[in-house]
Amino acid sequence: MSDPIPYARALPGTQPPLDAPAYGSTHSRAPRQAPIRAPHTLTEASSPRFSPQLLPGHADMSVVDGQAAMGERIIVAGRVLDEAGAPLRGSMVEVWQANSAGRYHHARDQHDAPLDPNFVGRARVFTDEDGRYSFTTIRPGAYPWRNHANAWRPVHIHFSLFGQGFAQRLITQMYFPGDPLLALDPIFLATADAEARQRLVAQFDLEVTQPDYALGYRFDIILRGPAATPFEEVHA
Amino acid sequence: MSTAHQTAGPYWHLIDFPEWADLLREDGPNAGATGEPVIIQGVITDGDGALVTDAMVEIWHADPQGDYDAGFQGFGRCTTDAEGTFRFATLKPGPVPGRGNTLQAPHIQISIFARGLLSHLTTRLYFAGEPLNETDPLLALIPADRRSTIIAEPVSPGTWQLDIRLQGGAETVFLDI
Ligand SMILES: [Fe+3]
Repeated sequence: MSDPIPYARALPGTQPPLDAPAYGSTHSRAPRQAPIRAPHTLTEASSPRFSPQLLPGHADMSVVDGQAAMGERIIVAGRVLDEAGAPLRGSMVEVWQANSAGRYHHARDQHDAPLDPNFVGRARVFTDEDGRYSFTTIRPGAYPWRNHANAWRPVHIHFSLFGQGFAQRLITQMYFPGDPLLALDPIFLATADAEARQRLVAQFDLEVTQPDYALGYRFDIILRGPAATPFEEVHA
Repeated sequence: MSTAHQTAGPYWHLIDFPEWADLLREDGPNAGATGEPVIIQGVITDGDGALVTDAMVEIWHADPQGDYDAGFQGFGRCTTDAEGTFRFATLKPGPVPGRGNTLQAPHIQISIFARGLLSHLTTRLYFAGEPLNETDPLLALIPADRRSTIIAEPVSPGTWQLDIRLQGGAETVFLDI
């Protein structure tokens, strides 16, 4: 059996470090020892395949039992590609978020903001043949956290993705353009590379926007691609 | 450039499906699969020795024959409970080919997502007493005095325990994959 093609390693600064002093929860949770660099075997190069037959998709968070959630309805759409530009087809995308008041429908969230009976805040969609996904939701609210004095998380939606190999597994957050909290957020700022940070910010998109219905935002997600090897030529 | 990881945070919703911890459930993708049933469990603690009660744990492993693509879906997901414990029911995986015609000992990949982890942690679980552990290519890369941090011990018939320490003394070996 031939060896799987390894996945590319991240360029310096383009991923957040585990030890980020400004993010308090990392202090006792970030490992102190350097990780062991593991060769990519079938374990890292294979991944579960989720089918909409077993796990039905749910692409509209803005309505529960025919009742509209409170807040500004939005559409989020984009593509899931790898670093080589290959679309991830039929890939499960899981998302979750706070409601328009900045409160999660979650037992652990005790923020003094109202819950919305018509908003749960999670969805599951599958990419199409071009790697495209989209879902409808309401724009989440900012919420406070206890990291530092007067700390507020920028408005965000959490994303979870699987690639074709478990080494591509990704959980990230999508932010909104123009949010003044981004410049103050230790989680967002932990990634040193400014371009890498900017890719976490969705773009307003009139093409995604639907008349008389909802504003649209585009958020493309890039999973790790194959590592370049000395034996491969770059094809234009 | 691949998209940057961001923490799953404390309010993640992916755990709204507790049945995913049972890979052998009747309405799941592996109903009727045969092999050696095992329980995989452990306690996660942080650098202060505090229980990590808000983590999401995922596992990924081969089927009893060591295959990843023969129909068995070796994926599970669960949360740590109030005691910091994760627990999965699955079938023991077989040996998996490694790179360059090597053979890897039976193992389970483990990913940990939580508040305070800007990107998830990856490690593996091996089974104590497995003869192939002696020649496993990945175990060979780990200093001998740290290997035990990723080798589960049997605590009762069919139940294997691997505690995970995120930081500090006897810190678990994590992998850069
Ligand atoms: Fe959040």
